[in-house]
Amino acid sequence: MSPNPQPAVEVSGLVKRYGSKTAVDGLDLVQQPGTVLALLGPNGAGKTTTVEICEGFRSADDGTVRVLGLSPADESLRPRIGVMPQGGGGYPGIRAEEMLNLVAACAANPLDPKWLIEVLGLSGAVRTPYKRLSGGQQQRLSLACALIGRPELVFLDEPTAGMDPQARRLVWDLVGALKDDGVSVLLTTHLMDEAEALADDVVIIDQGRVVAQGSPSELTANRADDQQLRFRARPGLDTSLLSAALPEGLKVREATRGAYVVEGLIDPQVVSTVTSWCAQQGVLAEELTVAKRSLEDVFLELTGRELRS
Amino acid sequence: MTTFAPGTFKPAPGRGSLPKMLFVHARTEALLTLRNGEQILLTVIIPLALLVALSLMTVIPMPEPRVGSATARIFALAIISSAFTGQAIALGFDRRYGVLKRLAASALPRWLLVAGRVSGALAVVAIQILLLGITALILGWRFPLSGLPWVILLIILGTLSFGALGVLLGGALRAEIVLALANIVWFVLLMVGGVALSVPVGFVHLLPSAALAQALETSVVYGTAPGVGPVAVLVAWGVVAGALATRTTKLT
Repeated sequence: MSPNPQPAVEVSGLVKRYGSKTAVDGLDLVQQPGTVLALLGPNGAGKTTTVEICEGFRSADDGTVRVLGLSPADESLRPRIGVMPQGGGGYPGIRAEEMLNLVAACAANPLDPKWLIEVLGLSGAVRTPYKRLSGGQQQRLSLACALIGRPELVFLDEPTAGMDPQARRLVWDLVGALKDDGVSVLLTTHLMDEAEALADDVVIIDQGRVVAQGSPSELTANRADDQQLRFRARPGLDTSLLSAALPEGLKVREATRGAYVVEGLIDPQVVSTVTSWCAQQGVLAEELTVAKRSLEDVFLELTGRELRS
Repeated sequence: MTTFAPGTFKPAPGRGSLPKMLFVHARTEALLTLRNGEQILLTVIIPLALLVALSLMTVIPMPEPRVGSATARIFALAIISSAFTGQAIALGFDRRYGVLKRLAASALPRWLLVAGRVSGALAVVAIQILLLGITALILGWRFPLSGLPWVILLIILGTLSFGALGVLLGGALRAEIVLALANIVWFVLLMVGGVALSVPVGFVHLLPSAALAQALETSVVYGTAPGVGPVAVLVAWGVVAGALATRTTKLT
């Protein structure tokens, strides 16, 4: 064994252009084997393009991509990876079990299709043609197709899009089980909670570039003074007295009606100042919490708050 | 929370056996065609009805022996229906529903993706020819058995050539456009492409439809080898369409 195991995915300087538009603009990332990596970014950030280049569906204009140490075009890579394309895929008239049996026939040691159908809650739809399955059911079948060959590395492109909360939770559990069994998982999402719950590493991309990367806790706690104390109380309290009582550099505001936020370095003294101010006002501070920035805060800070077309 | 026994997803990658992949893929393709009502109408019901009509309705001009000539022409039509129109439409919608991408992402080699489709199409054509042949025999067709090897070869050649044309059409355009064009071309070839009737216009002989019908007529009616001309026309169309299709066919 080499001291540095070969990365599951290694991308450096990746560039992809569609006409005059640069979809991926010098992207680098490394995924260690057995980890879950989330590519997080707004729509059109270049997530799917990056993943499809790794899967061998698109060619790169520049840069290098290695998947399990191989070029994505290498046919010998295909049995070793599991792919869940965005939006799934199946013959319009095929039944779920037939589709899964077909993909299972391509693998040397497939999982049991019947079992997988049941686990993914598709037992009630085994005779339904693919085109009549709901979006969420098509997604689940696609996930089953990605997993059935017992791959070393799985690419999941927006795996929970169109799924109800139960199915989403199931996918999360599955990703956890894959990781526990040593499977590397590279997924794309624009859902913060998904990235936060599943990923060992999050790579935030925007306009084809990496804007931040690290573990969810690194990304959310990179600055000690970037904390928040939140509490709820009667709306419309005059916070100027509290501002005056707090140490220099701390800001207080009523973020939404009745929801107060103190931002800065939160220490026990600050908590005490807030509660005594509330006592003076004759109100009870409810739901008082000290929190780090959420991944959503980081994401919005990096990629902007305005809507993308 | 759903829990899974440790080791459930422990990696054990590997490619399945090639014969099994080919068999399952071809069986799936054939089964889906045979289960599709519109495909059955196009590939079985209409050719059967036309076979009966051409054999019995003497108002339609048809060289003697009447049933033999009709059988040869309807064999050609059945191949065009299935390998060209049926294949084009199926491919158009398969692309729409992302199945090619799905299969290309599996361990199925690309060449097998083509081989499985071809084998599936050949299986469907075999079933069509069997049904039409039995019907023709009931209608009084006397098949000179010396033509059997030629008929089999022509059926395979016709399926490959029209299959390549079907993939050329179905692999490049949007599903709805494919649906419309594939049906229009089918109808035009049937009426004036030398299929239902021989058309005494020079360039029609250069169409793959007329070539297939003419070649089949020689072997089905007279039990002899088809002429070099029609076979060359069929091969040329197939090779050109196949070469173009490898450049133009898109997965989605």
